[in-house]
Amino acid sequence: MITTVASGKGGTGKTTVAVNLALSLENVQLLDCDVEEPNSHILLHPKITQTKPVYSNVPVISEDLCIHCGKCAEFCEFNALFIAPKATMVFPELCHSCGGCMLVCPKDAITEKQRQIGVIKSGKANKIETSYGELNVGEAMAVPLIKAVKNEMKPNKNVILDAPPGTACSLVSSVHRTDYCILVTEPTPFGLHDLKITVQVLKDLKVPMGVVINRAGLGDRKVYDYCKKENIPILMEIPFSKEIAELYSRGVPFVTKMPEWKNRFQEMLKTIQRCQK
Amino acid sequence: MTKEMTILSGKGGTGKTSVTACFAVLAKNAVLTDCDVDAPDLHLLLKPKIMETQEFKASRVAVIDSDTCVQCKKCEEHCRFGAIANQVVDPILCEGCGVCVYVCPVAAIKLEKRVSGQAFISKTKYGLMSHALLNPGEENSGKLVALVRKNAKKIAEKNNCDLIINDGPPGIGCPVIASVGGVDVGIIVVEPTLSGIHDMKRALELLGYFKIPALVCVNKHNLNEQNTSDIVEFCEANNVEVVGKIPFDSIVTKAMVEGKPVIEYAPDSKVSQEIKKMYKKIHTVIL
Repeated sequence: MITTVASGKGGTGKTTVAVNLALSLENVQLLDCDVEEPNSHILLHPKITQTKPVYSNVPVISEDLCIHCGKCAEFCEFNALFIAPKATMVFPELCHSCGGCMLVCPKDAITEKQRQIGVIKSGKANKIETSYGELNVGEAMAVPLIKAVKNEMKPNKNVILDAPPGTACSLVSSVHRTDYCILVTEPTPFGLHDLKITVQVLKDLKVPMGVVINRAGLGDRKVYDYCKKENIPILMEIPFSKEIAELYSRGVPFVTKMPEWKNRFQEMLKTIQRCQK
Repeated sequence: MTKEMTILSGKGGTGKTSVTACFAVLAKNAVLTDCDVDAPDLHLLLKPKIMETQEFKASRVAVIDSDTCVQCKKCEEHCRFGAIANQVVDPILCEGCGVCVYVCPVAAIKLEKRVSGQAFISKTKYGLMSHALLNPGEENSGKLVALVRKNAKKIAEKNNCDLIINDGPPGIGCPVIASVGGVDVGIIVVEPTLSGIHDMKRALELLGYFKIPALVCVNKHNLNEQNTSDIVEFCEANNVEVVGKIPFDSIVTKAMVEGKPVIEYAPDSKVSQEIKKMYKKIHTVIL
């Protein structure tokens, strides 16, 4: 089973839930899809045994063959090509690697080369297998790297996917074709507002979902009212606690110091599995 | 010349929006923007009245006409995004590149524009505001951020505003790059956790990559004093000024629940005092 942990609003506790859940289960693989700011490794301290570069394909123009007809630039939906009077310029960070420019070039003047956009690091933390992506700083497009992280998936494991914040394409490509989504929110107006947008994304994707309320006791009751109205199960509440916050600040997952929580995380997964049947 | 600052963080939920809302109150003649277009929250505190709405159409999606399709599967072969299976396009995987349209021998495929969001120009009690809302799950958030900033510049010029304050999104990818390009200063709000520090360093690298001056503000500094002093030390070693240290106080959440900037809700609180001091410092840096 593949479970995604997502949130909409940043900093609500996605990584906390993903890592503590992973530590409470057997036969786990944790994939960190927040390739812009991966944090799960800070809590898990895995021993990294493999670092793989991830590339995207970008066009290379052979100026000997190019006649500057402009067909490639006209075709490119992403404005990654520009025709100057005497040269054709490529803007690799705008390229989506669709290969269209090569298809339309009448002179076969375009080939492709690989350009590194980031790396995937894989390793083990005790029994947990984990991989995370690290997007190169200055690189705009996270989605190709997220897809590469998801390619590391081992379907015979309990796969937990730590998603990036937001409700746009990075979230969609993380949660797409996964079995269940745990939405972590905090009981505040910001938490609720972004939760609502995320729920809409999951409904569109037809991914079943449940909510974990983190920092329960802070803020107000409107998240609870909303979940009730929308018929979204509240799977767990993690109280607002200085102890948990302080452990997190030092990179310590709280189930390691409060082992009674392991049982609750196991129960939560059982509830999710029951929903699946 | 209109100056422009962006509040960012790397890690989400460190307090960008709460800080930005206070800056909005303190700024005398500024245009405010929310550059977090897929999970915007600033409007919950500034309560804008929308004056103008623009449709944002950036992405396109392939549509196959099944009556014309001869099932040759050429589109499937050429699609690099795995978006076509059994003559059906998965709009989630489709990037709208148009390769399928080009290779189709019977012209059964066309690209259709889809509305990906809306941009707004609004009035608030604290000044004019440019903001937007991306439709759930959409692409092109970077382009929508660019539109938000373009609108902000336009209204700043028209109304002789000397400052634009941008509330940025989390992360360091496309919408963040679109939020910081060409601004006069980036202010990184960091929380004293190991994740916060890790993400701040990547955000600082990003600002360095685009040659944008950086300032740092530590939020909830008393959550972990050791980490806070590590942040200060790191910043000193890298010539980045720490312009403020805001203490943890549940008053910030209370203000949020009331839908008010904390500086207005609790002007005498330590949090508000510290933010005021910080704003003055930032002002002298950029003006």
